[in-house]
Amino acid sequence: MKYAYYPGCSLKGTGRAYEESLLAVFRALGVELEELEDWNCCGATTYISYGELQSYALAARNLSLAKQMGRDLMAPCAACYLVLNKTQHYVREYPWIGQIVDHALDAIHLPKDIGVKVRHPLDILLNDVGLEALKAKVVHPLTGLKVATYYGCQMVRPYASFDNQRNPTSMDRVLEACGATIVYYPVKTHCCGGSQKGTLPEIGLNLIRRLLTEAQRNGAEAIATVCPLCQFNLEAFQDEASTTSKFHIPVLYFTQLLALALGVRLNEAGFQRSFINIKPLLAEKEIAYA
Amino acid sequence: MPDAHNPDTPPRIGVYVCHCGTNIAATIDVPALAEYAAGLPDVVVAREYKYMCSDPGQELIRQDIREHNLTRIVVASCSPLMHEPTFRGALVRAGINAFFLQMVNIREHVSWVHTNKEEATAKAKDLVRAAVRRVRLHKPLEKRRVEIKPEVLVVGGGIAGIHAALTIANSGKHVYLVERQPTIGGHMALFDKTFPTLDCAACILTPKMTAVGSHPNITLWTYAEVAAVEGYVGNYKVKVRHKPRYIVEDLCIGCQECVEACVYKEGRWADEFNLGLSKRKPIYLPFPQAVPQKVLIDPEACIEFKSHKCKKTCVEACGERKAIDFKQEASTEEIDVGSIIVSTGFKTFAAHRNACYGYGVYPNVYTSLEVERLVNASGPTSGEIVLRDGTTPKMVGIIHCVGSRDHNTNRWCSKVCCMYSLKLAHLIRERTGAEVYNFYIDMRTPGKGYEEFYDRLLDEGVHFIRGRVAEVADWPIHPSEEGKLVIRAEDTLAGFVRRIPVDMVVLSVGLEPQSDARDVRRLFNISCSEEGWFLERHPKLAPVSTFTDGVFIAGACQGPKDIPDSVAQAGAAAAEAMALADAKYVELEPYTAHVIEDACSGCKTCLTICPYTAIAFVEETKKARVNEVLCKGCGTCAATCPSGSIEQNLFEDQEIFEEVEGLLAYA
Repeated sequence: MKYAYYPGCSLKGTGRAYEESLLAVFRALGVELEELEDWNCCGATTYISYGELQSYALAARNLSLAKQMGRDLMAPCAACYLVLNKTQHYVREYPWIGQIVDHALDAIHLPKDIGVKVRHPLDILLNDVGLEALKAKVVHPLTGLKVATYYGCQMVRPYASFDNQRNPTSMDRVLEACGATIVYYPVKTHCCGGSQKGTLPEIGLNLIRRLLTEAQRNGAEAIATVCPLCQFNLEAFQDEASTTSKFHIPVLYFTQLLALALGVRLNEAGFQRSFINIKPLLAEKEIAYA
Repeated sequence: MPDAHNPDTPPRIGVYVCHCGTNIAATIDVPALAEYAAGLPDVVVAREYKYMCSDPGQELIRQDIREHNLTRIVVASCSPLMHEPTFRGALVRAGINAFFLQMVNIREHVSWVHTNKEEATAKAKDLVRAAVRRVRLHKPLEKRRVEIKPEVLVVGGGIAGIHAALTIANSGKHVYLVERQPTIGGHMALFDKTFPTLDCAACILTPKMTAVGSHPNITLWTYAEVAAVEGYVGNYKVKVRHKPRYIVEDLCIGCQECVEACVYKEGRWADEFNLGLSKRKPIYLPFPQAVPQKVLIDPEACIEFKSHKCKKTCVEACGERKAIDFKQEASTEEIDVGSIIVSTGFKTFAAHRNACYGYGVYPNVYTSLEVERLVNASGPTSGEIVLRDGTTPKMVGIIHCVGSRDHNTNRWCSKVCCMYSLKLAHLIRERTGAEVYNFYIDMRTPGKGYEEFYDRLLDEGVHFIRGRVAEVADWPIHPSEEGKLVIRAEDTLAGFVRRIPVDMVVLSVGLEPQSDARDVRRLFNISCSEEGWFLERHPKLAPVSTFTDGVFIAGACQGPKDIPDSVAQAGAAAAEAMALADAKYVELEPYTAHVIEDACSGCKTCLTICPYTAIAFVEETKKARVNEVLCKGCGTCAATCPSGSIEQNLFEDQEIFEEVEGLLAYA
């Protein structure tokens, strides 16, 4: 099993813990990843609001490069995953966009075929690796650990290619395979605030507070995420979002929990980057770690 | 006129291309196609016409047959399912054999599925060329005439099945009504009131149920299922399997003294009829007005079945009647009928599939069907609308389109939900005085008196919010929401997001095909749509017929339908079945297979693969023989026979080869 891997900016920056744990997990599962050579900005967030066509052109360059590699393209960051998918859809559905994107690819002497299959790590874990193979590799089961799985928006909306749009469960199934208990979390696809914490802080903070409150109310001991921006919002503003009760809940990439279960050492799976030390929780739950 | 039946005479072929208004002509260059056909070998005349199926169109063909002595006809138009009988009729009236016709489907197979006119025309030419090559070899065939048995089988005893059975029985014909539940009545028996007139469902249904139970022309079998269907129109052999109810039906008089006497003083098992909202005993009558008035025993619950150590107070109470039989077993009965009406109904959408609405998570989220039981005077709360804790709701939200018009679940509109939601809103408001909020996408109230009912509800002060509900949740953001279920929806008329705290949520679940609809369709050899609804022969002109002659459909098994529509359809199906029975004879297509005895080696391969067990092995000659009455003309044996000694009328090897070669011979 081998995939082309598109990290995007977050996994090299604020989301380094995601990349470290992701690479460790796939290594442990015997899945090869080959980083896309000379990749560029995926075109997400700011670009898509500022100049859609530039955004599609940027995404198309990555897709064209990946198509030439001849393998499915894994895009772990939710924002990259969405914009790569969206570009393929728009190029297909709106011929005038397709023409402009073709023209852009032509100008940099790249083939126009951008039909590479874009895959999310959860999709690969569930459908290619399989839960049984995953279970077989678990050495430190997460028995008793109560996790709220928070999906955010971009992984399933608007394109739900491998999971339910309104009630996604792929992360639940993967973490359950590692022994974790998934708590009822009705806000699992609600907004994390995106970048509003920077622009409209009160609105952003309210949204963050809602997600943390519900995790706490439903007894979650950790929150698992699939997106660097969600992870950042939920982890970084816990003090600020606290009201009467203080929030103190680890917010981890799902791959970090997987890495833990597969026996990867904590500081090889980015745990040293967390604001909240995971070790007391693991000790309390009597979960072994490397 | 040259001898049309003489294979030595060169055929004289006429080709007729139909415009079908613009259906065909918009995508295919019809004049070019006709001109092309005129140049094909043996074609004497080729014409085009706007509507070939119309009277003048048919007259064109008839006239040409007479004037040009045509011996073979090719019609390029719509599907043969649509108009083959029409054009065959034209041939017969012009004096040549009906089977000297070949139709080319240039509508469904070409114009409706292509956009490029040039390519579509080229494809149509290929198909016409193939048909011209094939039709030359057509042999004269005669239809067979078979007798029709007057008895009718009705499958499913909901309102559609009940109405169809009574209609036919009243005409003096015998009806077998088979129902899988222990009582007839179907979904309608669950309702309290019916929209838009608000007449009492029981008052209008139970007299019909009783009439079925006592009608001399109806054999009612409940707790029974059709196990196998063999035969053909007019002569179906049907196996019916009776499930054991552990009660001798002929002896039970429905006094229910056994139920009273059961060692369990209180019910302990989920009552199916009340959708689990109340409990029943191991021995029970499904509901007070059940037809037949016969109790049954649930072996999963009864002590006698589990340990054989019960005091059997029920047997004692039954006394001399001796109606209880713990040793009863399933039995099978075989009946002969001429036609079958399938009215197997629907099931409601499983509400937990839409996880955002909290069904199964929050106790006070109900399905509409459960609320039908709550508002029903003979329901678990005697018609009182109360929450799980016994209190009366003050705020109620009704969410429309749950499992309908949703690309994630079912795309179709379930048609009845808007109206039944209005009805429930009215009943809830009338009985509790609660504020009722209806969340709808579009209000769909076409029907006699339906829109007026909607107006009435608006006057009654029921709230309507246009917007698909995003979620039902219990997370409060304001003190007024504490302890409530909060319905969050975009109000698309006001242009903002609303949060409405309520005590009770009613999910207006959509209608779905029965979970075993696909098995049932195979049993009766009928088609179904992609979604699983049984397919009518023609959506406008043959709405209760199916592609299997003598099998009709009625009610919601064909698609979501309210009571008036179900009854209307049931009446139509009954009329079709009666017309068939009164005709006394039916003509069968002659597409059957036959064995060329000289070539048959007697290997018996065909015997095992025939799906209709229509082939027998004749011991004296050691050859296979096809029973033409049983043969459905599927062609499996002809394709399988290792020595090529089975032929099928109208699908002879040479005819098919000619067609293929015609197709491949590029012009």
